[in-house]
Amino acid sequence: MPTIALRDIHKTFTLGDSEVRALRGISLAIDRGEFVAIMGSSGSGKSTLMNILGGLDQPSKGEYLLEGVEVNGLSPEKLAEIRNRRIGFVFQGFNLLARTSAIENVALPLLYDRSGRGIDPQQAAIKALQRVGLGERLDHEPSQLSGGQQQRVAIARALVNNPALILADEPTGNLDSRTTIEVMALFQELNAQGITLVLVTHEDEVAAYCRRIIEVRDGVIRSDRPVAVPRSAADDLALLDARQKGVA
Amino acid sequence: MNIKRLIVVALRSIARNTMRSLLTMLGIIIGVGAVIALVGLGSGSQADIEQEISGLGTNLLIIRSGSSQSGNVRGGSASLESLTMSDFTLLQREATLLQGISPEVQVQAQVIAGRTNWNTTVNGVDISFPAIRNYKIDSGDFFSERDLKSRAKVAVLGKTVADELFPGENPVGAPIRIRNVPFTVIGVLAAKGQSSMGPDQDDVILAPSTTILYRLGDGKTIRTLIASARDGVTMESAKEEIRDLLRSSHRLAESFDDDFDIHDQPEIISMATKITGTLTLLLSATAGVSLIVGGIGIMNIMLVSVTERTREIGIRMAVGARRGDILSQFLVEAVILSLIGGLFGVLGGVGSAELLGYFMGTSVKVSSTVVAGSVLFTAAVGIVFGLYPARKASRLNPIDALRYE
Repeated sequence: MPTIALRDIHKTFTLGDSEVRALRGISLAIDRGEFVAIMGSSGSGKSTLMNILGGLDQPSKGEYLLEGVEVNGLSPEKLAEIRNRRIGFVFQGFNLLARTSAIENVALPLLYDRSGRGIDPQQAAIKALQRVGLGERLDHEPSQLSGGQQQRVAIARALVNNPALILADEPTGNLDSRTTIEVMALFQELNAQGITLVLVTHEDEVAAYCRRIIEVRDGVIRSDRPVAVPRSAADDLALLDARQKGVA
Repeated sequence: MNIKRLIVVALRSIARNTMRSLLTMLGIIIGVGAVIALVGLGSGSQADIEQEISGLGTNLLIIRSGSSQSGNVRGGSASLESLTMSDFTLLQREATLLQGISPEVQVQAQVIAGRTNWNTTVNGVDISFPAIRNYKIDSGDFFSERDLKSRAKVAVLGKTVADELFPGENPVGAPIRIRNVPFTVIGVLAAKGQSSMGPDQDDVILAPSTTILYRLGDGKTIRTLIASARDGVTMESAKEEIRDLLRSSHRLAESFDDDFDIHDQPEIISMATKITGTLTLLLSATAGVSLIVGGIGIMNIMLVSVTERTREIGIRMAVGARRGDILSQFLVEAVILSLIGGLFGVLGGVGSAELLGYFMGTSVKVSSTVVAGSVLFTAAVGIVFGLYPARKASRLNPIDALRYE
């Protein structure tokens, strides 16, 4: 069973009198443990696709099975539960709660968890932060962290509920090139641990670290190809370090 | 989110904007403060009045002769000479619900002591009278059962009379003349003071009812009886008993009206307190309006807060907050904001009531009911005025909220 199965997904927005057909029949399947980049220029429909995958929006037409469960047609409450239990979000702008410690930011999804799984939010948040290498900065607030660190907190928040997949929307869009590689290294590491990742980007360099690239244009999939040999972000980092030393 | 968590989140967000939160609460603080202070002062002075009236005596019942009517000419109150000494002895003997009963045979008389004189009311009463009317003896004694039987010419002076006739002296043992009949002063009453409702209660001379009735009166009519009901007996049942006894003793047929009137003290109290009660109610209703204004202030700030925190709402929704979660978060915040204002208001209200009471010389009575009531009301204000902003927050579209700049 694929983690994500889309069949003929359409999405039409009505803006005044005109209709905008953002998605025009998208079908795709993403399996467990994949690392997929969804690429496309702005207006291609990739953000709409992302919102539908994340349960933030509903398709106008089509089938969306998440871990075998039909998502299209669920009530807002059920959708909230899906987002809470099965999906982790990473955004371009980090979207952390200001003036709130890293640990509380990460624990946030667990506070809305009604499954009664009995997870201790505090402990789970600490574990997730350690997993992204921020075990030393549990009590720092976003304003006390660098952009890369903030994005790591956001990634820890996405991880904390053990979701079926992590959706990252332009996760490196606000980061410099070195931090971008660092974050991609973290994604690759998590993917190696078996986490399914879907990443939306318009940068080829970022997509090069993924294992499969889906290109969207005008609301349809233009190409869907595996990456034969993904770049290793860890190697690139080492290279960068070596070059900096050489300069110094 | 559980309620504890919601409260923590709400408190933190209130604390984040201390100044703004305080200003928002101000309306509620003033509203609650004003209500508490006004009601406190109002019921304080109401209690003052009640106390003054009950200073007349406890559980008082006053029985008067009825009014006469001959042809179309109606006499005034107690113009009928229907109450007699035998009615008194009958009630004294038969009435089971009365603590004490005494006739009041009142005559207005010129009283002479040595070279001075004074015009006052001489009240012929029973020995149970001081107990009924809460008179205490200051010096000397009250007259006895034997004095009553022998129609002894003894008198107990009220404080005012004692001061007027015997300035700076102890009158006990001194002779006085009432309407030229010689009496001996045997005691002086402790001062009771001016009653807020009527005349000086100390401008009186008490003497045995028999003495006054037979030596100064007509030996028969008493016009007024004063009685006190037993503790735990309703005034209505005591009245009923007196009415039955008197009607049968007066041999009144079913179709005849009572030839006497019975008044009780709660009637007097309720009349007097009704006025202050209405005033208090009016004033606090006016103050209550400012609570509504305060509520609108809360709604205003909550709307601003919702707009400011649109992104936060989006984040919370993205990680799984339901509409209900967002709704309760903002609702709890509004209620807490309002409740904190209410608590400050209670403190301020009690404080200013005490202060005003001190300067105005009235007592202050802040009942826990009023405090609990206004705190509950502020909670209600928070809910009512927080609902709209909270609903607005919960209806946000998560995608738009996340993109909000």
